[in-house]
Amino acid sequence: MKARVIVMLKTGVLDPQGEAIRHALGAMGFDGVEGVRQGKVIELELADSTSEDEITRMCERLLANTVIESYRIET
Amino acid sequence: MKAAVIVFPGSNCDRDLKTAFQAAGFDVSMVWHKDATLPDGVDLVGVPGGFSYGDYLRSGAIAAQSPICRAVADHAVRGGYVLGICNGFQILTETGLLPGALMRNQRIKYICRTVPLVVGEGDSVFTSGYEAGQTIHIPIAHHDGNYVADDQTLERIRAEGRVAFTYADNPNGSVHDIAGIVSENGRVLGMMPHPERAADPALGNTDGRRLFAGLAEAFATA
Repeated sequence: MKARVIVMLKTGVLDPQGEAIRHALGAMGFDGVEGVRQGKVIELELADSTSEDEITRMCERLLANTVIESYRIET
Repeated sequence: MKAAVIVFPGSNCDRDLKTAFQAAGFDVSMVWHKDATLPDGVDLVGVPGGFSYGDYLRSGAIAAQSPICRAVADHAVRGGYVLGICNGFQILTETGLLPGALMRNQRIKYICRTVPLVVGEGDSVFTSGYEAGQTIHIPIAHHDGNYVADDQTLERIRAEGRVAFTYADNPNGSVHDIAGIVSENGRVLGMMPHPERAADPALGNTDGRRLFAGLAEAFATA
């Protein structure tokens, strides 16, 4: 099975990289870009027996730093 | 007085830290990240700067899961002393030994220059060689030094006098200008600036030396 983990900075945590992208898009002439948030996507290839619980533990312990990041699991 | 310096793949300040510890009078052993135990009788563990595991995933995240970090955490729980500098600070927040996290610098750029720091009010042994409120000049060299923590944590560490150093002129966006913090028992210090790069006259700056001297004095009189 495959799972996809999307890690984003929590709402309210300023995202300097997203801001830089927003500025660059504006400078390129793309008007109306009001906000950009940059995150990461981690694709996992997993044994079929892997439970959602286990993926959650992977996220909590390593894939996301829950002090500043939130995550979403797609299976 | 025994110190250990942890070496990860990608550490690059490990030997500077060893030299600074030695100059202060510590016997220093270098400990590889795959070791699961610290040498017997180690009083102080140094977690050096660098780019452990290439900063993959997040700065310090992979190193925090290495076997030696479990031993470092046990050492801290037993009341042992730990000094994490730069990537070492990032590793200590990733292991949970220190609260908060270090994000990308607010203005994105990697910053490498000497900056003024103000010594905090707390009575930590790490700052015992300085006066509270004193300004010292220490080099920084980081991309991810923007300290963040939730309001409750910030309120707590400030009320408990756990902010060891603040930036006089905030270079990276750190909340409340925080450059270094200590643990609840005051025995674990994480800081982004590099005192080991300012601990020898040959380097043109000795402002960092008193940090190591203060530590050595505390151990000598303990």
